[in-house]
Amino acid sequence: MELIFERSKPGRYNQMIPDLDVPEVAIPEAFKRESELHLPEVSQPDISRHYTELAKQAHGVNDGFYPLGSCTMKYNPKINDEMAALPGFANLHPLQPLDTIQGALEVFTESEKLLGEITGMDHMTFQPAAGAHGEFTALLMFKAYHESRKDSKRHKIIVPDSAHGTNPASASMVGFEIVNVPSDEAGCVDLEALKAVVGEDTAGLMLTNPNTVGIFDKNITEITKIIHDAGGLNYYDGANLNPIMGVVRPGDMGFDIVHLNIHKTFSTPHGGGGPGCGPIGCKAFLKEFLPKFYPVATEKGVEFTTPSQTIGSVKGFYGHFLVLVRALTYILYLGKEGIPEAAHNAVLNANYMKHHLEDLYEVPYGGICMHEFVMSVEKIKKDTGVSALDVAKSILEHEMHPPTMYFPMIVPEALMVEPTETESKETLDEAIKVYRQIYEDAYKQPEKVHAAPANTPIRRVDEVGAARNPKIRYEFS
Amino acid sequence: MGLGKYVPATSSEQQEMLKTLGLSSLDDLYVDVPQDLKVTELNIPAKQSELEVRRHLTELADKNTVFSSVFRGAGAYNHYIPSLVKQIAGKEEFMTAYTPYQAEISQGILQSIFEFQTMICELTGMDAANASVYDGASAAGEAVNMVVGRKKNKVLVASTLHPMTIETIKTYAYGSDVEIELIPEVNGRIDQAALTTLLTKEVAGVLVQQPNYYGLMEEATEIGEQVHQNKSQYILSVNPMAAALTKTAREYGADIAIGEGQPLGLPMSFGGPYLGFMATTEKNLRSLPGRIVGETEDVEGNRAYVLTLQAREQHIRREKAKSNICSNQALCALTASIYMTVMGPKGLQDAAYQSYAKAHYLAEQLTEIPGFDRVYPGEFFHEFVTTCPVPAKELTEQLAKHGILGGLELENGLLWCATEMNTKEQMDELIAVIKEVCQ
Ligand SMILES: Cc1ncc(COP(=O)(O)O)c(C=O)c1O
Repeated sequence: MELIFERSKPGRYNQMIPDLDVPEVAIPEAFKRESELHLPEVSQPDISRHYTELAKQAHGVNDGFYPLGSCTMKYNPKINDEMAALPGFANLHPLQPLDTIQGALEVFTESEKLLGEITGMDHMTFQPAAGAHGEFTALLMFKAYHESRKDSKRHKIIVPDSAHGTNPASASMVGFEIVNVPSDEAGCVDLEALKAVVGEDTAGLMLTNPNTVGIFDKNITEITKIIHDAGGLNYYDGANLNPIMGVVRPGDMGFDIVHLNIHKTFSTPHGGGGPGCGPIGCKAFLKEFLPKFYPVATEKGVEFTTPSQTIGSVKGFYGHFLVLVRALTYILYLGKEGIPEAAHNAVLNANYMKHHLEDLYEVPYGGICMHEFVMSVEKIKKDTGVSALDVAKSILEHEMHPPTMYFPMIVPEALMVEPTETESKETLDEAIKVYRQIYEDAYKQPEKVHAAPANTPIRRVDEVGAARNPKIRYEFS
Repeated sequence: MGLGKYVPATSSEQQEMLKTLGLSSLDDLYVDVPQDLKVTELNIPAKQSELEVRRHLTELADKNTVFSSVFRGAGAYNHYIPSLVKQIAGKEEFMTAYTPYQAEISQGILQSIFEFQTMICELTGMDAANASVYDGASAAGEAVNMVVGRKKNKVLVASTLHPMTIETIKTYAYGSDVEIELIPEVNGRIDQAALTTLLTKEVAGVLVQQPNYYGLMEEATEIGEQVHQNKSQYILSVNPMAAALTKTAREYGADIAIGEGQPLGLPMSFGGPYLGFMATTEKNLRSLPGRIVGETEDVEGNRAYVLTLQAREQHIRREKAKSNICSNQALCALTASIYMTVMGPKGLQDAAYQSYAKAHYLAEQLTEIPGFDRVYPGEFFHEFVTTCPVPAKELTEQLAKHGILGGLELENGLLWCATEMNTKEQMDELIAVIKEVCQ
């Protein structure tokens, strides 16, 4: 495919704005740009084709099955996008007078009510931009909370060894030391190991439940109690909320703050990497530490307030508003019946797929799973040389997106499968057939699997070369 | 029957699947969930049809006022967004994809990011750009974390930065225990004498905004020289529109260029989602946070793109990663690249120049009205501050009644902005209304 710069011809131009209707004013020499600005010069018809060509070489949920574990790639409803595009939302300046933005502020307060009820939390901030940003915000609140109590020794955050990379990275951005706790044979938190590491230096725990191997940790209230008894706080990583929404709430499990990945659980598109939206909810006793611009409904309407011990702002303005509009649309459409229905079917679909694969692909942490399950290709690799990567690359030949690879790190040669509730039984059956065929190929013709994918627009790429000799921009001659 | 809420499974299929699993009800799937924790029913409204939800959301949107005439910027700018931009960015293949982990089926997205990185390098004059961060303010927080180290743990931040950016930097620094000191201002610009005394050994970097919060052009070249003499890194936060026309961050001597990309084709969106961009020199490449796409080849020698230099990132380095960023603003970055492509160099520079010229026309007209004087002298781009002879809020309320979003009320006046969207007619109307109110 040509780069847009390679389609460029000097002199091509698209007229978009009228001629200047006020007098010219010269830009002072001292501030004038010296270098030429190389941007593409391409006509609209060719721009349209360029991006259509790029779109053809992209795979979204709309193109096919996308069981990317931990990412909840469910269908992205189109009504959501239409609502987000309403001029009354999209064309609002963030610094308009309060009486001209009441509808927008109600989007916040209404979402707070709904998501607060779903998570069992009392207050929510919508400022965080994505899940990792929510983690960061929450950990700042942990820090501020302990400091407010003059409890200055609490500098350690406990995370299970199965945690997502953002958990330890966020904790370390807030200066916490990370303590990894091992998982037990069931893939859950090892209670004895947890008890052994908590103490007066424990600031808190970060956990997702169901955890990253897809198991609901039934000791959850005991876990959160161990932390609370030691004087720490509990953080819920909401990436895995989808299978339990409307069934059980993090707030009732003993968590003090949760983040939501709105772009996973609440159906907003991920846009090829973002924007997400990562609101966090907290229990009442943490309210005063929330970021600035906390919207509160009063008799006069909704206003922004500043919590008395606020940690400050984690970004400009109030959050990914248009993403939240989409989520609100989704939640209202599903309602109190549809939310648990989605959860149930996410779990049903995952178990159905697992059932039809676990005789071939080892599932190290068995039993009933939640929305996802993790297979290990370790034995297959030992037998045939075919790795998790090879399996994933073979799946690409079937117009399906592969599962998440090599995560969580506690499972060797991991493939993490999350079908979501919006996939039909036919799709699951088809995927099962494909996965089983690849297993057979691994044993019968491993060279075919190693060479996959054969029918994609490009074949496997040289990642090592890319990193060794980074070429990360186009050079104009 | 199902509820018709995006779940395709029929009841008989559910029964069949449960039977396969040896279970009798959906509830059996939740054996691990302690019974006493289960919710019987959520206290949220009952399901609604698409039409009902549409009505509700439309009602909420209708409660807001969309101003036809906008003279307010302050971090969110009203620029023209070509049709093609919205159409292309709305393509489902782009919209509904996750991060391009699987290069073989994601070349379209990877290539679009590579093109975006190139365009950001072109705007800033830098060697390397990342695939985006959350917004301009969080880019500033990340840039601060990028320059500090064990020996140098202090960053000087211009007090002429957008207040929300300062706020965000302080919040990030509260987490990382970085010392932040504000460089005082004089006449709305950095006090260079004060900067000289602030530049000590511990200073890892200096962060300046160009044009600054008041729209003024800082003496960015001279400041950069001072910063480099002190062996500190120079971080410039730039407006991408202004950058099309004025000196690039690199030409000012910056080591790191960051900024808010919203002016590049993103609607004002009540504050988000926007687009943080970050670019730097080759030397700094490996400390740049976030995703980066690189060019490589596939096994057959075809040109290909792939996520690269991942050893910097959280999924590999975990607690040792400098940044925790995972999801970014990919679709906003795509939107910005389409915007820059449709506008082209000439179109972008024209929109930037018109913003500049119109802001200058507006300033001239405004300052002819008694009581409206520029608060700060000096060159400005497309924003400026004036005094206001009546309480600023009173004036903006009157303007609002005419469908005009006036300048932003500051402690010492009003911060005005003009872009190519403001016609002469609009500006003349604004002036007329102001004259009426202030007389
Ligand atoms: C378990 C888990 N936690 C946190 C995150 C980070 O979320 P985000 O990408 O929205 O920052 C992810 C995303 O992949 C995740 O899977």
